[in-house]
Parts: sequence; C-alpha cells; structure tokens
Amino acid sequence: MPLSPDILIQAVANGLLTGAIYALIALGLTLIYGVLHIINFAHGALLTAALFAAFFADRTLGIDPWASVFLLAPAFFALGYLLQRLVIWPASRGEDRAILLVTLGLAVIVENGLLFQFRSDTRTIDHPFGFDVVELGTMLLATTRVVAFCAALAVAAGLGLFLALTDTGRAIRAVAKERLGAELSGVDVPHIYAVTFGLGTACLAVAACLLLPSFYVTPQVGNAFVLVAFTIVVLGGMGSVPGALAGGLFIGVVESLSGLMYGETLGQLGIFLIFILVLLVRPQGLFGAKA
Amino acid sequence: MTSRFTPVLVVLAALALLPLFVTSNVALNFLKVALMLALAGTGWNLLGGYGGQFSFGHAVFFGTGAYAAAVLQVRFGINAWAAFAAGTALGGALGLAIGWLTFRAGLRGSYFALVTLAFAEVARIIASVWPLTGAGSGILIPLKVGFATLQFASRAEGYWFVLALLGLAMLLVRAIEGRRFGAQLVAVRENEDAAKALGVDVLAVKLRAITLSGAITASAGAFYAQTFLYLDAGIAYGPWISVEALLTAIVGGIGTVWGPLIGALVLQALSELGKHLGGDAPGLGLVLFGAVLILVVRFAPHGIVGLARSLRPRRLARG
Repeated sequence: MPLSPDILIQAVANGLLTGAIYALIALGLTLIYGVLHIINFAHGALLTAALFAAFFADRTLGIDPWASVFLLAPAFFALGYLLQRLVIWPASRGEDRAILLVTLGLAVIVENGLLFQFRSDTRTIDHPFGFDVVELGTMLLATTRVVAFCAALAVAAGLGLFLALTDTGRAIRAVAKERLGAELSGVDVPHIYAVTFGLGTACLAVAACLLLPSFYVTPQVGNAFVLVAFTIVVLGGMGSVPGALAGGLFIGVVESLSGLMYGETLGQLGIFLIFILVLLVRPQGLFGAKA
Repeated sequence: MTSRFTPVLVVLAALALLPLFVTSNVALNFLKVALMLALAGTGWNLLGGYGGQFSFGHAVFFGTGAYAAAVLQVRFGINAWAAFAAGTALGGALGLAIGWLTFRAGLRGSYFALVTLAFAEVARIIASVWPLTGAGSGILIPLKVGFATLQFASRAEGYWFVLALLGLAMLLVRAIEGRRFGAQLVAVRENEDAAKALGVDVLAVKLRAITLSGAITASAGAFYAQTFLYLDAGIAYGPWISVEALLTAIVGGIGTVWGPLIGALVLQALSELGKHLGGDAPGLGLVLFGAVLILVVRFAPHGIVGLARSLRPRRLARG
C-alpha cells in the first residue's frame, strides 16, 4: 500500500501525542520500580480507577477533567501513599515474590470491583474542545491531544525538577541508590517508599485526566496501557526517568505507524514482540545501566 | 517410598467414589470445574511452587492445549483422543521453547513474570485474528457424544476423566518430590546461585520443570475444550486462567502436592459465593479472589496446607 508522506507525518505526530501520555504512565511505573524495586502490577487497574474518577467528576459533579486533575492528583497521591503504607508493605514484608502477588491481588480487586459496579459498558464524555483541531503545516491535530501532550511533558519535567532539587526528591534518590545508607543518614525509608508510590499513582491521575477528553473508559481499559507501560519501562531501562520519556514517545510512534500499516490489533502485537525481544536480549533496557 | 503415595491414592479413590453418592448436576459441575482448575494449578505449582519461577501467563499453556485439541479435530478431522494428547504435548513443547528463550536469557523473578504475561498476550492476539483458530468468532467443536469423540454422556464420566488426569499429575509431582530432580528444583528455588555452585545444572532443571508444567496445564485446557466445546481467544488465553492457576496453588499451599486441589475447591466455592451475592453481574468472585490472595500472602504464606501443618505438633519437612 503506497503511503503519502503527509499521512506518514500525521501518523508520527499522532504517535508522539499518544506517546507523551504513555510516557507519563510509564514514569509512575519506573519511579516505583527505581526506588522500591517492585513491579507494580496494580498500575493498570489504578489508571482505570483514575479514569473512572475523572469520568464521574465530569458527569456527576460537572468538573472538567482539566480542572479535576488538581483534585484527583492529590487524592491519588494519598491513595497510593496509603496503599503502600497499609497494604503492600505490611502484607509483603518487603519480599519480592510476595510483593508481586500483593500488587497482582490489588489489580484483580480494583479491576473486577469496577467491572462489578459499572459493567463493561464503554463510557465517554463530551468535552467542550472535543472536536477542535490545531493546524500545523499539513497536519490536523486534535486540540485535546495537543494539550495533553504539552501537559504530560510539563508534568514529567516538573517531576524531574522535584527529584533533583527538593529535600524529599534527594531522599527518594538516596533510597533508590543505597537504601541502607539512606536509612543510616536518618531518612525515614517506609515514608519515602510510600511517598514514591503516591507520586507514581498521582502520575496516573494526571494521565487519566489528560486522556479522558479524547478517550473512553471501561473497567479493562487500564490493561492495554499497562502492558505498553511495561514495554516502555523495560525499553527505557527500569528506574530511568529519561528512559521512560524517550521510550514512551518511541512506542507511541511505533504503535501509530504499525497500526497504520497492519491494523490496530496487529499493531499491538508489534509492541509485545518488542517487549519480549528487549527482555530477552537486553533486559537492562536501552538506557539503563544494570537490571 | 510406596507409603508416600498412599495418602494421594486414598484421596483420589475417595474422590472417585463421590459421584456414586452425589447425583446433583450442580454439585458435579462444581467439582468438575474445580478439578480442572486444580489440574491447571498443579502445572503452575511444579514450576512456581517447587521451582520458584512465578509465571503470570500460564494461560499460554492452557489456551494452547485447548486450541490444539479443538483445531486438530475440527479443521483436520483428527481423532479426539489423539488431539487431546497432541494438545498436551504441544503445551510441553511450548513450555520448553519459552523456557529455552527466557531462562537462557537469565530472566527470573519479576522479569520472568512479566515476560510470561507478554507471551500469553501475544498468543491471545494471534488467536483473535488467525482464521485457523476461528479468529474473533471462536471455534466450536460439534456435539457428538461418545467414547471415540471424548465427549461424555454423563457429568460423572467427565468428572472421572478429569480426576484421572489430576491423579496422574499429582502422582507425578509426588514422584518428583522424592527424586533427585525434585531436590534440585527446590534448591534452585531456595538459592539459585548456591545450587549452581553445588553443581546443579540450573538451566536443565528449569527447562524440565517448565516443560512438564506446560504439558500439565495444557491438558487442563484440552479438557476445557472437550467439556465446553467452545473456545475464543478471551477464554482460552485470557488473564483469568493465568490468575486462577497461580491462585489455586498459593491459596492451597505453594510447593505442596495438595495445594492446588485444596485451593481449587476453596476458590471454586468462593466463586459460587460471588455469583450468589452478586447475581448476574460479573466480577464479584474475582474481587474475593484478589482479597484472598492478599490475605493469604499476609497471614498464611504457606496457604491452607501450611496452616494445617502449623496446627499439628510434629514437624514435617516442607516440599
């Protein structure tokens, strides 16, 4: 099938727009991995929960997702903090296999609880800018997605600055590098663990509010994102923030282009194959130093 | 040595006698599905429980066994028994292939869990678009009750068949426990580096475990196909079976012969409770599963078997 350059450029641009959201979701995952050294299997389910929260904020309370993000991000930070403090840590005693199972259990509970409550109906909202487009050269880009792209990059940059400049950020990086040393220097490790988990979860709330205007909600929607996010995190190197950003944008483009050429279902297949290949050949990721 | 098998044989014999006393179709269906899950869980348990390699994607074996049995019969007209055996063998071969790829690359712990999850998803997507597997509309095995077609006239016969499969799997696991291979497998779980230092061929041990594990879980999938006669990608390769396979072993007692059987009975009861409480809305049963998983990890890391053992005064070797 011959593809005109315009269509290709458009697909790449759309891929980048989606990729920024992927990057934000992957950022939460990689942050949690980098500090706590756990793979959070509940990440997708928590994203679904955030999408439902944003949906009902819009539908029931009439708060636009672009406004409710300022409520939901702190709320999900608190949720993540408490989950780590009250459920994951006490239940797993810090044991690797136990953590895997506990986060899997959380994912099953959240996803099926939502399924039980809301059935598998697909829900969307009518956003005031839902049909607006931005013209950029020959490209037409949905306004909501351009806003999401910019906001996602801004949040990622903000998170990077927070980690680099604040005391809490330094403590997080210290725990990630050398837990025992940080503990001996007076860092409250369980607190930092919970803060990190909260930050990762807050990233999901932001991603959900940015996604909602141009996307839909179902109780299973998080699964599609979480496997993509795992791919990105593995590709970018577990625990690497720049890796998550670059990986997110790259996967967004790959998905968009392969979707254009092979259809959506097979496009997804391409992502999983990349995922397996990277894990087999270079599990430390393209940017990571050591797994 | 023979005495180690006695308790297993006694329980199997008792279970075999059940249909003579229980005639309710509801109860037999309950038991049949529970035993099928126990069989899938026994496969998971061999790799995850004894070998310490946690798979989050055992659906890849279950689905392959199920689809192989169905496709070989429907598309190629192969005898149901041969198709059943082929499905089981294919599950083992797939286990070997996945193990060869992943274990040679040194993947363990969370990485192994992740990659198995991805294999199951890849299989699910392929099955949902490939015409051979019926793509989106799934595949239907024509109803033709009889011994030759491996379709049972009564529920009791289906129950006995799956009980026989589970019995074989449990006796196999029991036999492995007492052999060198079993000890090496546990050594790999407890400390892979130490096992290697003592001269255990870690890769070979893991490959044997995942091959047997894949075959056992695939036989559960083939049984599913013969019982329900319909498959689609979401059933055969869906995350539900990956979760249930590991849950039965963990809830019942990870790394024990009895774990999957006990866990499957408990979980199946929970699932019925969920249906009872939640009506026709799906999801409640799985919410209960998730809660039980967290509670077991928190309060009973060795499952129900572990709880029972801790109540008895004498100390038993684990494993």
